[in-house]
Amino acid sequence: MNAKQNKAIQVMGLQKSYKTVHVLKGVDFEVEKGSIFALLGSNGAGKTTIIKILTTLLKQDGGTATVNGFDVAAKADLVRQSISLTGQFAAVDEILTGRENLIMIANLRHLKNPRQIAEDLLNRFGLSDAADRRVSTYSGGMRRRLDIAMSLVGNPQVIFLDEPTTGLDPEGRIEVWKTVKALAANGTTVFLTTQYLEEAEQLADRIVILHEGKIIANGTLADLKKLFPPAKVEYIEKQPSLEDVFLAIVGKKEEN
Amino acid sequence: MQATKKYYFSDMGVMLSRSMRHIFRSMDTIMTVTITPIAMMLLFVYVFGGAIQTGTANYVNYLLPGIMLIAIASGISYTAYRLFLDMQSGIFDRFHSMPIARSAALWGHVLTSLVSNAISVMVIILVALIMGFRSPAGVLSWLAVAGILALFTLALTWIAAIAGLSAKSMDGATGFAYPIIFLPFISSAFVPTASMPKVVRAFAENQPVTSIVDAIRALLSNQPVGSELWVALAWCVGIMVVAYFFAMRIYQKRV
Repeated sequence: MNAKQNKAIQVMGLQKSYKTVHVLKGVDFEVEKGSIFALLGSNGAGKTTIIKILTTLLKQDGGTATVNGFDVAAKADLVRQSISLTGQFAAVDEILTGRENLIMIANLRHLKNPRQIAEDLLNRFGLSDAADRRVSTYSGGMRRRLDIAMSLVGNPQVIFLDEPTTGLDPEGRIEVWKTVKALAANGTTVFLTTQYLEEAEQLADRIVILHEGKIIANGTLADLKKLFPPAKVEYIEKQPSLEDVFLAIVGKKEEN
Repeated sequence: MQATKKYYFSDMGVMLSRSMRHIFRSMDTIMTVTITPIAMMLLFVYVFGGAIQTGTANYVNYLLPGIMLIAIASGISYTAYRLFLDMQSGIFDRFHSMPIARSAALWGHVLTSLVSNAISVMVIILVALIMGFRSPAGVLSWLAVAGILALFTLALTWIAAIAGLSAKSMDGATGFAYPIIFLPFISSAFVPTASMPKVVRAFAENQPVTSIVDAIRALLSNQPVGSELWVALAWCVGIMVVAYFFAMRIYQKRV
């Protein structure tokens, strides 16, 4: 019982087909409460399908899944009260301002003091200056930040981030990473999918690799590294990557 | 379950205020749904009106019902447009993964369609009054007119929902409205059907717009409303029920 209560998500034998394509062929995994869980896989591996099932947007064909202790099929309503989803495409309203977007979500979650909640999140995500501008004028990184801020309204216990950094520039990506780490530090469970291996390396407590509808690896970064032959010690002159250079230059500029 | 039911109308209200903001922030929408019909009314009354023989002294009175229908038909194409945009962006996924009733997002659009079309029709009536429109109709007749217009809006809104929910492109989402906007031209809205060639006349007299226009015109001029009222209502309710059925099926499949 105790072990069960520590799980934010439990997935067993999950199956899903679209017409003739068998996308998920029996997927099992568990996510600890308050951890960052990364689901890795190439395009079309079925990552988004898993997210859609866990967020009650899609019904599975077989197997069971529980989120926050509630079955996603039988107790969809209770699941929806425990989660929030930041989908692959920014789910923000372009015509509204950032502030209006946040107030709208607070109203839909029937929270008291929507204005205050919006104000706090705008500050926390560095969007105060742009708060009263229409979202259509935001940069990609700002949009993503607002998107994640909207997911935090009402402090859901489990947050799903479907490829949160796809299409972001390196700075935007680092901003999102910081946010995700801060969330987990506050006890929120973060479930994220990504194609970027570095992202999983940076963030995840546990990494699962989905390949052709099945989980082929599941463990911590250290566990996964053990699967490979031990590292050889070689001496190589460390060249800065272009990303290091870019960030160094841009960072310096901002300091000035 | 309880929570989603308890808040159903407040959730719909949030959706309504969202879409109404979209309308008031889009100059394009306001132009198309209000200014274009008004321009058309000016054109028909002050340019073509002199040459059109309707048998009534006041052409604005004759024209107004058709102009209102054209305004509503162009208004609902924006409902399809807004629905299509929501389907394309991730915002519907966000709403549907929240503890709110699934249909609240869709009904928010339907309600927006009713409210925004009511506003544009009222603006058009105001302009018509300035142009000399006068009606001896009493409160009951006006309520009947409002009811017919609301039913017409709902019927077309559900057609728009089908287009908005199932379209693959923006053109597909809004293109369906053009034939509907065109229907009033081949009806008794601008000229009496008696002046039309036989085939066109047969079409004009048996399509929904003519019965709706005739019913509204009779109500507004305090003339006895005959069977056209029931034909008009039958058209509106029939289209609404069928379109609602298909729109809901698509909605449930898509979300």
